[in-house]
Amino acid sequence: MRRRTVITGIGTVSGLGTGVEALWQGLSAGRSALKPIRAFDASGFVCRLGGEAADFTGAKDFVPKSYRKAVKVMARDSELAVAGAKLAVDDARLVTRGTLPEDSAEKTSYPSGRLGCQIGAGLIAAETAELSMAMATAKVGPAESPSLDLKAWGTGEGGAGAMNNLPPLWMLKYLPNMLACHVTIIHGAEGPSNTITCAEASGLLSIGESARVIERGDADACFSGGAESKITLMGLLRMQLAGRLAPSGDIEDGGSLVRPYDPRSGGTIMGEGAGILILEEASAAAGRGARVYAEVAGFGASHSDAMDVLAGDTAGPLVYDDEGIRFAVENALEDAGLDAGDIDAIVPHATGVPAADARELGAFRAVFGSRLSSVPLVTLAPVVGDCAAAQGGLSAAVAALCLHHQRLPARIHAGTHHPDIQAGAFPGGSATLRHILVLNSSLGGQNAAIILRAAG
Amino acid sequence: MTRRVVITGMGWVTPLGHDVPSVWQRLLRGENAVGPVTRFEASTWATNFAAEVRNFRLEDFLPPDRARVHRGGSVSTLFALAAAAQAWKQAGFDRPGAFAPRRVGVYVGAGEGSLDYTPFNATNLLGWKADTRTVDSVAWARAGTALMNRRAELEQEPNAALTHLAHAFNCRGPSSNCMTACAASTQAIGEAFEIIRRGDADAMLTGGAHSMIHPLGMTGFIRLTAMSTRRDDPATAARPFDQSRDGFVMGEGAGMLVLEELGHALARGASPLVEVAGYGSTADAFRITDIQPDGRGAAAAMSQALRQAGIDPRETDDSGRPLVHYISAHGTGTQENDKIETAAVKSVFGPHAPRIPFSSVKSMLGHLIQAAGAVELMTCIQAIRTGFLPPTMNLRTPDPNCDLDYIPNAPRDERSRGVRACLSNSFGFGGQNDTILIRAYVN
Repeated sequence: MRRRTVITGIGTVSGLGTGVEALWQGLSAGRSALKPIRAFDASGFVCRLGGEAADFTGAKDFVPKSYRKAVKVMARDSELAVAGAKLAVDDARLVTRGTLPEDSAEKTSYPSGRLGCQIGAGLIAAETAELSMAMATAKVGPAESPSLDLKAWGTGEGGAGAMNNLPPLWMLKYLPNMLACHVTIIHGAEGPSNTITCAEASGLLSIGESARVIERGDADACFSGGAESKITLMGLLRMQLAGRLAPSGDIEDGGSLVRPYDPRSGGTIMGEGAGILILEEASAAAGRGARVYAEVAGFGASHSDAMDVLAGDTAGPLVYDDEGIRFAVENALEDAGLDAGDIDAIVPHATGVPAADARELGAFRAVFGSRLSSVPLVTLAPVVGDCAAAQGGLSAAVAALCLHHQRLPARIHAGTHHPDIQAGAFPGGSATLRHILVLNSSLGGQNAAIILRAAG
Repeated sequence: MTRRVVITGMGWVTPLGHDVPSVWQRLLRGENAVGPVTRFEASTWATNFAAEVRNFRLEDFLPPDRARVHRGGSVSTLFALAAAAQAWKQAGFDRPGAFAPRRVGVYVGAGEGSLDYTPFNATNLLGWKADTRTVDSVAWARAGTALMNRRAELEQEPNAALTHLAHAFNCRGPSSNCMTACAASTQAIGEAFEIIRRGDADAMLTGGAHSMIHPLGMTGFIRLTAMSTRRDDPATAARPFDQSRDGFVMGEGAGMLVLEELGHALARGASPLVEVAGYGSTADAFRITDIQPDGRGAAAAMSQALRQAGIDPRETDDSGRPLVHYISAHGTGTQENDKIETAAVKSVFGPHAPRIPFSSVKSMLGHLIQAAGAVELMTCIQAIRTGFLPPTMNLRTPDPNCDLDYIPNAPRDERSRGVRACLSNSFGFGGQNDTILIRAYVN
């Protein structure tokens, strides 16, 4: 018989705050976290707003004392993941090496070899200040177009050793697999561990892979989801160059700018955060009396042809059926043994980038037909922004919370919404929810869909 | 019933060349491609040599009109496309109607593209305020907006290779890119294997691609003191398992394979090259910089792959020969890796360990980082198909901690006994351990 996977713990960090209660309260209140960026002066970018995790003070409060030194070699992405993982194990009341005092004789919930870790990550840009400070010691050329003197950078014969201004472990800070590695080290997870790097699809692809790892018996429980911050200089610049950011002008309320499925939406706004879930094999979870938020009932992945998007050739019709996105949804439905009529709500990707939203909407129309108008769309981008690799974990967390509370959160929408879909402003309220579809697509064309089923 | 998975196509781009037969001959001759770095000015660097891919043109692998679409890709993406084109052709997937696009996915361990250095460096230098030793983020953003190029930035994203591959080969099935450092492509192949076994796809284009022969890539490893600094003798700098080893030599390239469900392959008349029989994946959960000293994570990955393949490492055949005939070592040439990997092999195979040939082609190709595992698995396929085992070159001074059969300095002819089962190991920074087990395809 197929081994089933359930969600027993949720650990989130986002612009709405740290911890799952802050996320749910903020969503229910219909409060947008998209405000002027405070970490640095962002007025040189077309969009100076972001969904900063403003109350997040770093990983130091989420690691054992003996591991505090290691926080120094963590990029913000790793710090977010480490915090999310600790919040998730606590929420699941899971006992791991990381939750026990050192030298404790108490047993962990699972043997280390049965604990896996699949945490999606992004391309982590080196911190600009650290790198620029080192580069400045090997600067040559005219003041208006400087360059780096690679001879001076070298540490061998004839070099000036400028690269030694970077710390020895510099590169390890920025390897994408460090998010998962720190989590495995802290919590003693020696089972399968992977780092999927497919931008916004990373989180759901990781959750799907965790469910497969558990199903095939290679682990009994997994840390899963993703974490990332693109509220950095390189992160914002790359999104700006990709044409994804909404020009902010003097506007300070980002929630009014990000308008999912509105052809006149100016683009999206970057958020940051972590969405880490504890996935467990259903009978093992029941055996330890764990609270179950939801079951992972189905997973589907696919690839769209996104070469035109990558190459910048995005001209063409705005509304069409993206067959890649449709395949992901259909694969997830088939995996769950359901049809479109069984889906009670959708947590879509819908980041407010019109071309991408149109592709997604086209796929939904193809799968759900006229029934789409009766399926609530739980759009998150106006609230927390586009959280990149953290998006999937956060989206799945929201879906699990909706099923758990049998309630839909409020929805923000300041623009024109399609009259035939449920994406407009909505105050939130109770709902009968059995199955929720969660979908994410990356700019590069990777799509992932999961279907969560209410517990019991 | 369990679905069996076979390999029906493979291709690579390596520092020793870009087609399977000729590179294989060069590996058996013990050649290497290590020389001065030519991509950028590295003459004053502690490590100023690497194994670079040379004479590479995408047009040699794709028709010009198709190659043109991909020209903006990063170096490693172009390597991946060329390797995949070889694999696709060998598998017969270049024939119309050979597969249903939504039933074929892509799972690769491709690395990030190299930075677009000229505008990147200039932007950082223009944004730096020397007097306050801070970044002027407004000046930085203005410089970056003016200088940096949309396409060049997006092509650095680690999922860009997937975008190219899915477009070039018309794949619409389940697709992922993983980055688990030096274990990535082995892990990608293992997960692709599991996707087909489960029935989520009929075939997967899988493998890895990477180039870190660029300024900050080399800088990172120099600061970690992980690379050889044998500037006076680069050709013998890669010395896996030798007592005088002082780190790895950087390589670059790609290895791509077509994994396919056996029935799907046979139904369209394809010839399986080998069968994929086992996959193991574990984490050390120890330290970000060091390996578990007892090698237990690596041993657990090997044991898992063996268990899945139904091979008991403590058994032998009727002639007393161990059941695994060759192990492709991760064998980087760092003091720590080679000693611990040796200990891990001993702990898995016990008394049989010294009788299992166990070599590192990194002594010739250098370390292809995320692409290493895929290329090394391909050497295992070649071993099974030709009966020859590639050597570990530059192994002159035995290390008492490394006392297994590393096939030193000359290839081994195993044609009389045959090579039927091989393990390929890959381990990555942060404690990633992945192993694939392949065996000769028998109907």
